[in-house]
Amino acid sequence: MKAFCRLFSVLDESNRTNDKIAAMRDYFESTPAGAASWALFFLTGKRLPALVKSKALRGWAAQLSGLPDWLVDESYAQVGDLAETVALILPEPEDAPLVALPLDEFIRNHLLPLRDWDTPMQFPFVREAWAGLDQRGRFVYNKLITGAFRVGVSRRLVVRALAELASVEPAVMEHRLMGNWQPSPEAFARLLSEDEGEANPARPYPFYLASPLEGGAEALGDIADWQAEWKWDGIRAQLIRRSGLVILWSRGEDIVSERFPEITREAARLPEGAVLDGEILCWRDDAPLPFNVLQTRIGRKKLTPKILEEAPAVFLAYDCLEVEGQDIRDLPLSRRRELLELLLPEGYAVDADRAILLGERLQAESWSALAELRAQSRSRGVEGLMLKRLASPYQAGRVKGDWWKWKIDPFFIDAVMIYAQAGHGRRAGLHTDYTFAVWDGEDLVPIAKAYSGLTDEEIRRLDNWIKQHTRERHGPVRIVEPQQVFELHFEGLARSTRHRSGLAVRFPRIARWRTDKQPREADTLEGVQALLEQPQQ
Amino acid sequence: MARAPLIRLTQSGLYCEAGGFYIDPWRGVERAVITHAHSDHARRGSEAYLCAQSGVGVLRHRIGAGANIRGLPFGESFSMNGVNVSLHPAGHILGSAQVRVEHAGEVLVVSGDYKTTPDAACETFEPVPCHTFITESTFALPHYRWRPPEEVFGEIDAWWRANQRQGRTSVLFAYSLGKAQRVLAGVDASIGPIGVHGSVEPFLPLYRAEGIRLPDAVKVTPESLPDLKGRGLVVTPGSVQNTTWLQKLGPSSLAFASGWMAVRGARRRQALDRGFVLSDHADWAGLLDAIEATGAGRIGVTHGYSDTFVRYLREERALDAFVVPTRFSGEAATAKDEVEEGES
Repeated sequence: MKAFCRLFSVLDESNRTNDKIAAMRDYFESTPAGAASWALFFLTGKRLPALVKSKALRGWAAQLSGLPDWLVDESYAQVGDLAETVALILPEPEDAPLVALPLDEFIRNHLLPLRDWDTPMQFPFVREAWAGLDQRGRFVYNKLITGAFRVGVSRRLVVRALAELASVEPAVMEHRLMGNWQPSPEAFARLLSEDEGEANPARPYPFYLASPLEGGAEALGDIADWQAEWKWDGIRAQLIRRSGLVILWSRGEDIVSERFPEITREAARLPEGAVLDGEILCWRDDAPLPFNVLQTRIGRKKLTPKILEEAPAVFLAYDCLEVEGQDIRDLPLSRRRELLELLLPEGYAVDADRAILLGERLQAESWSALAELRAQSRSRGVEGLMLKRLASPYQAGRVKGDWWKWKIDPFFIDAVMIYAQAGHGRRAGLHTDYTFAVWDGEDLVPIAKAYSGLTDEEIRRLDNWIKQHTRERHGPVRIVEPQQVFELHFEGLARSTRHRSGLAVRFPRIARWRTDKQPREADTLEGVQALLEQPQQ
Repeated sequence: MARAPLIRLTQSGLYCEAGGFYIDPWRGVERAVITHAHSDHARRGSEAYLCAQSGVGVLRHRIGAGANIRGLPFGESFSMNGVNVSLHPAGHILGSAQVRVEHAGEVLVVSGDYKTTPDAACETFEPVPCHTFITESTFALPHYRWRPPEEVFGEIDAWWRANQRQGRTSVLFAYSLGKAQRVLAGVDASIGPIGVHGSVEPFLPLYRAEGIRLPDAVKVTPESLPDLKGRGLVVTPGSVQNTTWLQKLGPSSLAFASGWMAVRGARRRQALDRGFVLSDHADWAGLLDAIEATGAGRIGVTHGYSDTFVRYLREERALDAFVVPTRFSGEAATAKDEVEEGES
């Protein structure tokens, strides 16, 4: 616990990438695997569900510190973080024996048991933990039990630190970290020294992510070196057919096999040892259905015949990562495409029964001819084009240079909702005025306010969520947990000295609620600034 | 019949009508009693100033060589129109004083800014029994709790050593008057050379003249720079952030020494490598202890979280507490905001 708290402090306080990596590497090197696996669990953004209600936490802290509730609230309003406020106001402990416990033992003995009790019975457990921790330990503990633990480090840096320790490439470590592993000494030991033979058959490869194309496509050189595809507006996914199993992973590292039975059923007919990269879409009459149709499939555990009829799903494959059990990611795209076409001999001649389709490769003699195709994007229900270098290997994560997304509307961003405010008139009492933010390093910077774009049903659902996930209230404004991602569209973008982001957006509106995205996948301020350089269309 | 209040608030600040003087007036007056030389308490333009003897040097530096300043040793009484005035250590900076005012059997104390934790660079706070105590409240919320200063200096020393190993200059933002000297007196000067900003340097001889032991510290100049770079500790006000002056110190680690650094959000909002929780104001417990030690039944609260603190004192301590408004808002919350005008 002590070493983990110290690591947390370094990551929280330091602004230097190298210091953070060094601190993580040292920690992982010197910490037993059981504790290290839990640390890794939290560092990679996984979290335990909230074990304790924050209102209860506040009440207990007031009681133990002998302060009136209203004064604790005053402190909370200034500190802006309940876990921290509580850690700061509790009476100083005599000594802090629990700090010496290894992290995994501490979690087993002092965190997980909270799951089994309701609020009044949790108090003795929490009081005992507080009594045995110093101020920093209490802060970390409070964060963990309220499910709000966020560490000042990106997943990419964690991967780099572990990769350095294991002496492997970051892409290899990223691959080993894929899938929903659970903390254990064995899981951690496997990360550091893996026998490739015993790898989990369900484990996906890291997704290769395209970067937005800034400026014209002409800068990419000869069009003959490039493969162009539509940029589909669906859910990025990886379809695995190994060891007699079919597993469909979404990019958020969730297994969604059961949500799309028509896809998994057909995937069982693929040859053994195949992994495809593609997009889940709802599809009818040789064309994609809008994303909101697909949304009716997400988050729905029970699929009725009606839903399957109204929102038929397909997996549109555009890359192939494994054939006959061989990892072929290092082969050039041109070769992987040939292998993909061999796997899906029906090509993109679609008939009604097929649920795995081959993504179309667009033919264009010149960039200007391709631009004309791109102009059809809206009418085809796609977001624009993907441009992939034919010589490119399948890389891990967002590696710039070989894969570009050439969207039609230059101004779409994914942003995280950070504040909400009740509306007026018809919307009185409902939270309908939202403030959205994008990432600036580890911070979220407000980028736009938007009031429209959601359906009434979505507004009601979001309102309910907001009320349950309010961190802080400032008069009518609620600061909410930064968890919900929305796609925003806007018409204009200009530099501004009046906004903290340095940018002013014009006519922002919510395009859709990206329940399929994690907050970390939202755009960065740098990315939004880059839109400024892009020519208006 | 109720008597006229001994001290009342006017357009120019706290005024003692019976004695014909102001305490820390906001504008020029005939007679000013000054608690300490920070610019939100000591303004230019008054005809005559009275302050603690040990604070005369720093006050003169602040308000001008030609000012008419009279120094009064701590504990000695001075009569103005039959009102007895005496000064008592407030522990905030060198020569900082609480002002005790006695008239017709009524005793009132204006604390100015104060702290109850030890400081090698100034006199130690002394509680003064009184009927009415006007206290500051910069950190009057329960989450402000200072650790013993020696622990904080241990952290600063460790940070300095770690920076040295990595070839970085250690740049510590601190108020040029008070905090800077406290830091100099508290760190382990054997670690390496110490440099100070030009706004800090003039106070060093004034402190030493009052018997405060400070280690050698050079003004940062092109000549002293090579020795400081990569190994020295440089103490400077935060107003140098984003200036070429700071860039010239080479690769550096930036830290801010302030009570506000107790809150993680305040640390994270600034581009700092470290925040050291070191304040020259009283923390929550310090304020309550000081109030209790005076035995006062009436408590005026100023400079800070006045409303909250007044409510707490009334509801939880059954004291006759009230807000004393001020034009100034206490310690600057960011290193950058800490320009001379905003000091406290």
